Amino acid sequence: MASSCWGLPEFMCEFPSLSNTTLRHMRMGIDDGFRGLVRAYSDQIDAATRPLQWFLNTLENAFTNTPWFIVLALILVVVWLGSRNIKIVFGSLIGLFLIGVFGLWEDTMTTLAMVTVATMIAIVLGLPIGILMARSDRFQSFLTPTLDVMQTMPSFVYLIPVVVIFGIGKVPGVIAVVIYAIPPMIRLTNLGIRLVDKEVIEAADAFGASSRQKLWGVQLPLSLPTIMAGVNQTIMMALAMVVVASMVGVGGLGKNVLQAINNQFFTIGFLNGFALVAIAIIFDRTSQAFGKRLQKHSEAGHD
Amino acid sequence: MTDLSTNTPETRSGIEIRNLYKIFGARPERYVEAVRKGMTKEELNDRHNHVLGLQDINLELPPGKISVIMGLSGSGKSTLIRHINGLIMPTAGEILYNGRDVVKMNEDELREFRRHETAMVFQKFALLPHRTVLENTCYGLDIQGIARSESEKVARKWIDRVGLAGYEDNYPNQLSGGMQQRVGLARALANDADILLMDEAFSALDPLIRMDMQKVLLDLQAELKKTIVFITHDLDEALRLGDKIAILRDGKLEQVGTGQEIVLRPANDYIAEFVREVNRGRVIRADTVALPLPPESERPAMTVKGHTVLEKVARRMSERDERRATVLDAKGQPIGIVDMPTILTAMVTPATAEDADEEENAA
Repeated sequence: MASSCWGLPEFMCEFPSLSNTTLRHMRMGIDDGFRGLVRAYSDQIDAATRPLQWFLNTLENAFTNTPWFIVLALILVVVWLGSRNIKIVFGSLIGLFLIGVFGLWEDTMTTLAMVTVATMIAIVLGLPIGILMARSDRFQSFLTPTLDVMQTMPSFVYLIPVVVIFGIGKVPGVIAVVIYAIPPMIRLTNLGIRLVDKEVIEAADAFGASSRQKLWGVQLPLSLPTIMAGVNQTIMMALAMVVVASMVGVGGLGKNVLQAINNQFFTIGFLNGFALVAIAIIFDRTSQAFGKRLQKHSEAGHD
Repeated sequence: MTDLSTNTPETRSGIEIRNLYKIFGARPERYVEAVRKGMTKEELNDRHNHVLGLQDINLELPPGKISVIMGLSGSGKSTLIRHINGLIMPTAGEILYNGRDVVKMNEDELREFRRHETAMVFQKFALLPHRTVLENTCYGLDIQGIARSESEKVARKWIDRVGLAGYEDNYPNQLSGGMQQRVGLARALANDADILLMDEAFSALDPLIRMDMQKVLLDLQAELKKTIVFITHDLDEALRLGDKIAILRDGKLEQVGTGQEIVLRPANDYIAEFVREVNRGRVIRADTVALPLPPESERPAMTVKGHTVLEKVARRMSERDERRATVLDAKGQPIGIVDMPTILTAMVTPATAEDADEEENAA
């Protein structure tokens, strides 16, 4: 190894790293410490995740136990209410119909429940964090690199601590999905609020608006298009992550894809993949059309 | 000058700005003393990296009148108007209204002050794009917590007054610039505040629409008699609207007076430069240039009111084919006469300060 190095001294030839023993001790120290901590607080962690577990199970049962035609009708109604576009409704019908025909209905419902819960959590947590970030430059300068790490860290890596803390199952899956999917929600809420026209904010100030009146009456409504783009991104990322999350025991379409990879089941892999694509398109078109409808006031511009 | 005499005795309070300084930068309070003692804007900027926004502003804005603060960009006029409702706080100085100092108000007092005593109109309208015309006009009242059932009535009245009836349910971006600013005006008036702050309110509008809006404002003011502070970079606009005009340059007041005073007696070369391009016939009044009153038998039959501007006097005289006219004061008593040559001379010659004085004395 090191000997072929133009006769240079050892430390210039090979990067001087910590010794293997040191590294091993460090690793074991951290890992054991972490596990010990988790073990010590396992009851509390359990109690904290129980509502989430309950929520997930309830929603999944609702999706899978309700007769398929009712669920189908409900989804189409939601798509219609969101988009008010018959083309999108019709496209959703075809997509869901094909999913059913190919025998993926139940898995799709499981995935849908998962994505719905993860997205709702991401919105509920991401919106206030984004608002705080928009209000404080210091908080922003702290949070931006954190979000960068969350988005660039390979998703498999943070599955490890999640599994250590929460074990295997749906709850750790949802938590991993939320961690992965929340950054765009936070970022775009922050961006949307910061981009609100300074003059309009000044006008609100000049009329004596309190900061709450400014937030609800001006900042949030005016940044809604950007926030909706964040919601859209969050849904898309949640859908991408459910496949990875199947490695920690989340069922649904992701599990099928994982099995297909392990066994080289080409057809099953693609069928499940396309089912995910179909759901993604339905979510995407609906949420985008909804976002556009919210900007009704900017249409029919006068120039 | 008698321009500021009013027909109704004024018991309301005006706004009084006293010894106002504004320095922008990291540690502004450190340099106030130095600026008071004569440190220049350049020195403050180059050596200490602070920007002198306003220095030693002393200005009274009379109640029920339109006071215009005029200056070019960078003169500090927008900074100055924002001090009046506390959007910007001064580094030193006082802003008194009704015996209270805006600078000393705490956050809650300031919010109440803005809600009830002031309203503002903005250069770029600053309407809320997601609210309709009606909802925009209600905005100030919404902020005050007044129920919609009540605020809508008020809003509809003002929308009607600014000539936008029928557009209540339109969104701002469906309207032209002039119409949007009418919404801005309606929103401010709906607040029923005594102080109306107008920050280059008509500067973004086309010239014809701007004239239109100036007329709308003057008509409204004739009835409402609010204390209006109007910012502009356009001297013609200042002369048309202002009962009192303050000219600001590099954060300092250069001259304060009525339009006539400024046109006839510019305080320095800078203002003289400005004034040269002004249409004097629309500013100078008949009583200013009137010649001494001759014996009763020689007085011309045609009469004009003393506060009529020369352009109008000249137009009326030529319509009637008259060469001379008797000038009457506000009570209808003759105070002098004008003839065509005098009028023409006053309208075309950029009079020097001494000339103007002579004309004044003659009146």
